[in-house]
Amino acid sequence: MSIWEQFTTYVSQNGFYIWTEFYRHFLMAAYGVLFASIVSIPIGVLIARYGKLSGWVLTLGSIIQTIPVLGFMAITMVAMGLGTTTVITTVFFYSLLPIIQNTYVGITGVDQTVKEAAYASGMTRFQLLFKVELPLAVSVMMAGIRTALVVGIGVVAIGTFVGAGGLGSIIVRGTNATDGTAIILAGAVPTALMAIAADLIMGKIERMLNPVKN
Amino acid sequence: MLEFKEVTKQFEGNDYPSVHKLNLKIERGEFVVFIGPSGCGKTTTMKMINRLIEPSSGEILVDGVNVLKQNAVQLRRSIGYVIQQIGLMPHMTVGENISLVGSLLKWNKEKQQKRAKELISLVDLPEEYLNRYPHELSGGQQQRIGVLRALAVNPPLILMDEPFGALDPITRDSLQEEFKKLQREMDKTIVFVTHDMDEAIKLADKIVIMNKGEIVQAGTPDDILRHPANEFVEDFIGKDRLLESRPEVTRVEQIMNPNPITIEEESSLKEAIQKMHAKRVDSLLVVDESGILKGYVDIEMIDSNYKKKNQVYEVMDTAKYAVDKNSLLRDTMYRMLRSGSSYVPVVTDNNKLAGIVTRATLADMVYNTIWGDETAEGSAIE
Repeated sequence: MSIWEQFTTYVSQNGFYIWTEFYRHFLMAAYGVLFASIVSIPIGVLIARYGKLSGWVLTLGSIIQTIPVLGFMAITMVAMGLGTTTVITTVFFYSLLPIIQNTYVGITGVDQTVKEAAYASGMTRFQLLFKVELPLAVSVMMAGIRTALVVGIGVVAIGTFVGAGGLGSIIVRGTNATDGTAIILAGAVPTALMAIAADLIMGKIERMLNPVKN
Repeated sequence: MLEFKEVTKQFEGNDYPSVHKLNLKIERGEFVVFIGPSGCGKTTTMKMINRLIEPSSGEILVDGVNVLKQNAVQLRRSIGYVIQQIGLMPHMTVGENISLVGSLLKWNKEKQQKRAKELISLVDLPEEYLNRYPHELSGGQQQRIGVLRALAVNPPLILMDEPFGALDPITRDSLQEEFKKLQREMDKTIVFVTHDMDEAIKLADKIVIMNKGEIVQAGTPDDILRHPANEFVEDFIGKDRLLESRPEVTRVEQIMNPNPITIEEESSLKEAIQKMHAKRVDSLLVVDESGILKGYVDIEMIDSNYKKKNQVYEVMDTAKYAVDKNSLLRDTMYRMLRSGSSYVPVVTDNNKLAGIVTRATLADMVYNTIWGDETAEGSAIE
């Protein structure tokens, strides 16, 4: 049997299993990014307002990004044990930087004169944030979330080593089996597809949220 | 309406205060233009009114109430504000931009929309524009919307920070005119900052010239052009403009030659020619015994009628345009240059000849402005 035939056979026989892992994989990435967004957006807003903090926060975020995922996950595992929690926590930490950074850039990038005009028209700080800064920054913030999600999907693929399942476990199964190329593909292709689809869909949302319609 | 009392603003880290003990009173309905070189404190002064900048000491009273005693947000909503960079919200439609302050004041949607429609018709833009986004509009249209935003909740006081500075000259001109008209109709008090003297002269009821944080001179444009307080003001207005402004304020009487060469209508043509020859002129103003201007006669008219006619009144041209001695020079000058004639007779109310303004008179005035009145003094001594 050629690789292609093996692949189609494996997928047709284990379709439901692949789908389950696919779904599980996606949820882990999505939750990590979701929690990261909840924390990062306020931090981004904060450092955009108080510029002095921005250097520290962004440096810290960059340092996290330099740690290899496998190592980071191993350390997290020591603290949190095996399972999905460890993977979601790892995705969380890797998503912080892109989201904080984009929120920061988005908000500081709002035209100063627009802010001045809004402020001088009698907006409170709060109204300025919610009626001007956030609406104008939201598409840039979405770009950060999109990056985080794509990175997160990659991170989750390694989650199988801490017993969290996901498409990574199919890939590992393939590497362990003799002539397991087809099985590796059955894990890798959906992972890649998920990352591409996430990128496309988030890109679309990003453009939809762009406040300046063309 | 608006009063500054000993207002001083000292920014941290600056050696000198940006605004120093400023005192000024602005009446309701006045169009006040602050002008001065950059860094003179004009913008700072304006921004202290709606507390974008807080004064270090002194009081600013709006309708008798100290602005520092008011809620800053409420205060800003009650004062219109227009800036040079326009600053429309790019994510809101034109209509939403216009009713921005209305929405902050929790006006209901119908009231906001009604007001936006009312306002946009004031600047001759179609109502469909209310649903467009600012980037779809030209710069001039955007600034019109910027001005409407400031007018939306009908504030009695509007602050404008070089609002027309970034527009091309043609758009700027038409917007200035439009806005001046609006201001008169709506009876708003305007505080306007600019560094463009032409704009100031065109728009202001009162010009406040500032330098180094202090008021150098405050007065009507005429006042300032006629009596610049010191050399700084003169330099700032510019020699050119002082020169140009002479006709704005000078009356014909002040520059006319009070002794025009005349001839009585009953005189003979021969006498006329002799007089022309003696005085070295090519035309004479014709008057009757009591000095009433009747017309003029020139050498060509006499030449072509010499054999046929005898008296001056038979050949003279009566359709000569004359100006009143109390009229302003700017009107005369314009008409003189337009009509192509080389002189204009000047008359009193009852059409009595009072003098003459020639092109040479105008040239003398220009010389005097450039080199001072030396030439006039010189000729007086002679």
